[in-house]
Amino acid sequence: MRNKLICAPYTVWMTLFIIVPMGLVAFFAFTDRSGAFTLHNIAQVGQYSNVFLRSIWLGAIATAVSLLLGYPLAYIIAKANPRQQSVLVMLVMLPMWMNFLLRTYAWMTLLEDNGLLNALFTAIGLPRFHMINTAGAVVLGMVYNYIPYMILPLYSVLTKIDPSVIEAAQDLGADSRKVFLKVVFPMSMPGVISGITMVFVPAVSTFIISKMLGGGGNLLIGDLIDMQFLGSAYNPNLGSAISLVLMVMILICMGIMNQFDDGEEVGGGMLL
Amino acid sequence: MLKPIITLKDIAVTLGGEQVLKNFNLTIGDGEFVTLLGPSGCGKTTVLRTIGGFITPDSGDVFFGEQKITDVPPHKRAVNTIFQKYALFPHLNVYENIAFGMRIKGKKEEEIRRTVNEMLHMVNLDGMARRGVGSLSGGQQQRVAIARALANEPKVLLLDEPLSALDLKLRKDMQSELKKIQQAVGITFVFVTHDQEEALSMSDTVVVMDKGQIQQIGTPIDVYNEPKNAFVADFIGESNILDGTMVEDYLVEVAGQRFKSLDSGFGTMAPVDVVIRPEDIDIVPTESSAAHVAGVVTSVTFKGVHYEIIVDVDGFKWMIQTTDSAKVGDRIGLALTPDDIHVMAKSVYSGTFGDYSSFSEEMGMARLSAEEEEAADA
Repeated sequence: MRNKLICAPYTVWMTLFIIVPMGLVAFFAFTDRSGAFTLHNIAQVGQYSNVFLRSIWLGAIATAVSLLLGYPLAYIIAKANPRQQSVLVMLVMLPMWMNFLLRTYAWMTLLEDNGLLNALFTAIGLPRFHMINTAGAVVLGMVYNYIPYMILPLYSVLTKIDPSVIEAAQDLGADSRKVFLKVVFPMSMPGVISGITMVFVPAVSTFIISKMLGGGGNLLIGDLIDMQFLGSAYNPNLGSAISLVLMVMILICMGIMNQFDDGEEVGGGMLL
Repeated sequence: MLKPIITLKDIAVTLGGEQVLKNFNLTIGDGEFVTLLGPSGCGKTTVLRTIGGFITPDSGDVFFGEQKITDVPPHKRAVNTIFQKYALFPHLNVYENIAFGMRIKGKKEEEIRRTVNEMLHMVNLDGMARRGVGSLSGGQQQRVAIARALANEPKVLLLDEPLSALDLKLRKDMQSELKKIQQAVGITFVFVTHDQEEALSMSDTVVVMDKGQIQQIGTPIDVYNEPKNAFVADFIGESNILDGTMVEDYLVEVAGQRFKSLDSGFGTMAPVDVVIRPEDIDIVPTESSAAHVAGVVTSVTFKGVHYEIIVDVDGFKWMIQTTDSAKVGDRIGLALTPDDIHVMAKSVYSGTFGDYSSFSEEMGMARLSAEEEEAADA
């Protein structure tokens, strides 16, 4: 009974700000402007399949790059002595203390045709590169913004691996490459899974990064939804339908991912 | 002497700025069951890890047979380790854990299957191959760890306090099982423990260690009956250790009386430590002619097989293990027989052990400082 009382504020909060909005999204997705039931919105989502594909493709690339860059760093941090560890973890988190928009603006000024990087290139005699408003710039923005969410769960899982298990593997004849492939990496899978989830989901649904770094040619689902609510193409019903489809797709992706996790241990996602 | 399989020569190891081993020499014979016995922090695990290759000594050499292996990494040594907390691979099932070493070596699937099944049978885990290691009990995990190590056919198996996490009954079972396995496979076992009973009941050779030094090497019977110094006498079994004088060969004076002794070679009128095991003392009436010393009973503890009686004889607390009971406050006589008296040379440990005012050094210190405080208050 007491437990229920303590839970009450959270239950109210969750109902008001999670359950009800989701219900509303679903409601708008299946109704037209007059409020009558329709499947028209959902059917219309199909014409944006290229945007969906691009979002998933760029999100997947950003996730893969984050994993490839983040894993070695997480491993190095986990191997460092405790004092270095806390400093390194802080350095990973440091960019997150700065405003997201500001960070992305900073990349704009860096990547522009007349930006800082190109100024640097010309100064040392290199030609200018066109970097802003490309898919590459969008991926860069995604990696830059979301890589901490990859590193932290990986780090948290890697530090929890019992050093005697690694010694046992060496003892049984495994050199350092085999120790990594057969013991460390498989044991860090829960962290890999939660890292992938935590980078992929926000990367797929982002709109600021693509808007600022991708120009008009790299429209993502997030931008599409943004346009239906705030932009010229005002149509909240279609926006809701797109959101709903995106949500279902992310759920499916996460479901597939979790198949790889044996579920024995709840991974490092707990850290965040 | 058996053919040596592991030789440690002048090993020095420093861990975290502390000198753990210094001038450490040890030879282990092929096929022996050797136990490194000592209190925590005595360096016994360091010796084991040096043999396993997890610690590279600052100086000195490790030999495997004739071959120097000081700089050989763990994965290339023909030794395997059973770790204290088993260190099984949590992401693999029992079968894959045992197969791990063979897979690394690239053995054929057919051979792996046969060996794993043999190993499972040997450690009584038939039918458990597909279980996850997380679902096993402590004793079962222990068996998997043994099977996993032995599947690699090591020449030497290193065991780091492998039974310390098990409950008493299971420990006893595993002790005899380990001994049986060792005899069956016929390889060298180097076993680390702080439990003297475990060491005595399992080993061919016991190496008693303290403060990074070997105190005594011998068969279990030797180290129990003929301890070399007060530390060994106190650590292995219970001992009353008294100051005595070796009057001449085969004659020792202790507790104000002269006894025939089996020991010689100490010189004449040499100060010595005298060990009298608690089970070798009989209670007799104080007026009896058999009574060598007399004292007042200060505590009686029922231990099942016997009573443990602490007797205060002129300030020195003796321990007696006997089936006769006595009451606290009784004045009783103690009878010692010459056979029961063992003489040891004086050592750095003289005077630190053997009085039963307390059982552990820690409590002894606490009690001493409390007494000092009382004295200061008075």
